Amino acid sequence: MNIILLIIQREYLTRVKKKSFIIMTILGPLLMGGLIAGFAYLSMNQGDSISMIRVVDETGVLAGKLTNSKTVIFTKDTMPIQTARHLFNPNTDYGILYLPANTLQKPDATVLYTEKQPNLTVVGYLESELSKNIENMKLTDAGIQKSTLDSIKTEISLQQKPVDPSGKDKSFSAGVTAGIGFGAGLLIYMFIFMYGIQVMRGVIEEKTSRIVEVIISSVKPFQLMMGKIIGIALVGLTQFLLWIILTMAISGTATSLIVGKDQSKLMEMQQKQMTQSSNIPKETMQPASMDFMKIFEGFNITKILLCFVFYFLGGYLLYSALFAAIGAAVDAETDTQQFMLPITIPLIFAYVVSTIVMTNPESELGYWFSIIPFTSPIVMMVRMPFDPPLIDIAISMVLLVAGFIFTTWIAAKIYRTGILMYGKKPTYKELFRWLFYK
Amino acid sequence: MNLLSIREVSKIYANHKALDSVSIEIPESSVFGLLGPNGAGKTSLIRIINQITGPDGGSILFGGQTLNPSHISAIGYLPEERGLYKKMEVGEQAIYLARLKGLSRADALKKLRYWFEKFEMQSWWRKKVEELSKGMQQKVQFIVTILHEPRLLILDEPFTGFDPINANLIKDELLGLRQKGTTIILSTHRMESVEELCTHIALINKSKKILDGQVKDVRKQFRSNLFEIEYKGTSVGFANALWTGFELVETRTQDDHAFAIVKNLNNSSANDLLRQLLNDVEVISFRERIPTMNDIFIESVQNNKPLEA
Repeated sequence: MNIILLIIQREYLTRVKKKSFIIMTILGPLLMGGLIAGFAYLSMNQGDSISMIRVVDETGVLAGKLTNSKTVIFTKDTMPIQTARHLFNPNTDYGILYLPANTLQKPDATVLYTEKQPNLTVVGYLESELSKNIENMKLTDAGIQKSTLDSIKTEISLQQKPVDPSGKDKSFSAGVTAGIGFGAGLLIYMFIFMYGIQVMRGVIEEKTSRIVEVIISSVKPFQLMMGKIIGIALVGLTQFLLWIILTMAISGTATSLIVGKDQSKLMEMQQKQMTQSSNIPKETMQPASMDFMKIFEGFNITKILLCFVFYFLGGYLLYSALFAAIGAAVDAETDTQQFMLPITIPLIFAYVVSTIVMTNPESELGYWFSIIPFTSPIVMMVRMPFDPPLIDIAISMVLLVAGFIFTTWIAAKIYRTGILMYGKKPTYKELFRWLFYK
Repeated sequence: MNLLSIREVSKIYANHKALDSVSIEIPESSVFGLLGPNGAGKTSLIRIINQITGPDGGSILFGGQTLNPSHISAIGYLPEERGLYKKMEVGEQAIYLARLKGLSRADALKKLRYWFEKFEMQSWWRKKVEELSKGMQQKVQFIVTILHEPRLLILDEPFTGFDPINANLIKDELLGLRQKGTTIILSTHRMESVEELCTHIALINKSKKILDGQVKDVRKQFRSNLFEIEYKGTSVGFANALWTGFELVETRTQDDHAFAIVKNLNNSSANDLLRQLLNDVEVISFRERIPTMNDIFIESVQNNKPLEA
């Protein structure tokens, strides 16, 4: 078996079998899934409890028109507001809705008295019920039919499309596009840091346990370094893959467990609420979800995915070689600070730049940082959903490969000398000299 | 025939010369002691033989061929700074290291079984290295070094960390390997093991070879020509008995015995000396003082005069 494969195998297996790997792999999705499930649970819970609202109606017309929902039940009170507040029973009542006599003219005068900070859903429902009914009454007063109004009402959701000379009908939505690019960039940023540091730790471990001289009497230092870098890259890919699968599985099952049978009812209810509250006919609601699908059709998913994998690996390889060199130069992790700085600065820079590029993908800044190999894996991914010119991508990719070869060459030189040096922490001058040792 | 020919090898680091045109011939099936004070350049030379670093000048022949990566699997190396992956299981790790040297998994397993049984270490197989004592780790390391049956074995301070019983066990294994034809380079500061094991030595000091050759020749070369004599009689009588060619260096009396140290000035034999003495004193014991490797080491390094045997 090829020596480098052997090293990759060891690096991969020892890490994947570690308890911390298994715990992190399970814990990550549990946290993510838990978060998603938690949201579902909370939104369900809000729906479950019933809020009794006593209505003190001085207008005499409104209270009768308010309709109960699944969670909000109105009861009409005939007593004056002072007495009602006096008799308020927090055990049975959620709050008192006070509608003064001039509500129709001055709707802002209405008050909801509650014991605790009121629930936003309840407040939202009350507000929509009131405004809907007051609106209807005003319409009637003005002699306008509700159906007339509905036909006049116009909702516009602006379609956003790139100018494409090929005539293909693409569409995009700035928000989602930027989000996808930024998310991908962020993922690469995290991956480089998490696994780059693992490479560095691995090198330090070999150095401090003094096994390194035994090993490099059998293999070339370069083989050992590359074996470690590739092995850890595979660990990272495995973990991400498992996270994605497990997160989907956990959030899926958890949500369905919590929401369960109620799910359909919930959706039905939500829909009813929406139609009730906004008075928008069902048809006008369709385009929102349609838009969302169109966005995905709009850009080339395969292209983005391929580029993601390329920049993901390219960025990692470029930096992990440098991390390996740092590990070789020092004796202990506490000594790494000084050498970490030049590596972290371009990474953090790339992150900061990408927040700017996200809002302005065609800027000069975005162009240069997506070309320079040290920042391109992150910044180019942020630009990617905005369809940067192919030539930009090509230059950036070629430079990234060249950059990766360059850093690996430098790192290998430092690594080779560093792993056999113990004692004093080297200076930058010494590191530079190591590049020229035979 | 020489297994290894080191020819005028030099190694220069930024601020000092680690090896200055060192030439050493290492015969097949020898136990070759590579000696020298700390920082003399031994480790640099060993690393060059292992192709961990390259020489800045000179060349090395291994079995007649220029040293190249194909020789790696023919060399076993136990560095002075040695260790194992602490979190890895002993057996798994031994297999890994053996496979790096080119053994197949099955071969490695078969050979490891043999050695683990021989050294009664079977119960360690599934333990993590960090659970073993230092001596146990050294044993594992020794086995891993010799497992692939290298033609050349390079051991740097192999006995550190071993108790006397285990050190003897290792010594016996080394002698056994030598008998099977393995060439062994032994770098150590323990001169008694050099005397016990080595057939040849080379002494490196301040990046230069200052002495090499067969152990018996080196010792002959360092003969002090001193004789220790225990006798009955007076020291005056003893002094009178000595003719030309011999010089009385030291004498001392104890009860009815006396001791004397006599230096041979020209190449007279021990018998000449005895003959001179026999008429005047009663000789109780007589022996030539032969320098130990320790003496040779100290004398050579302190004088640091380049000598060739």
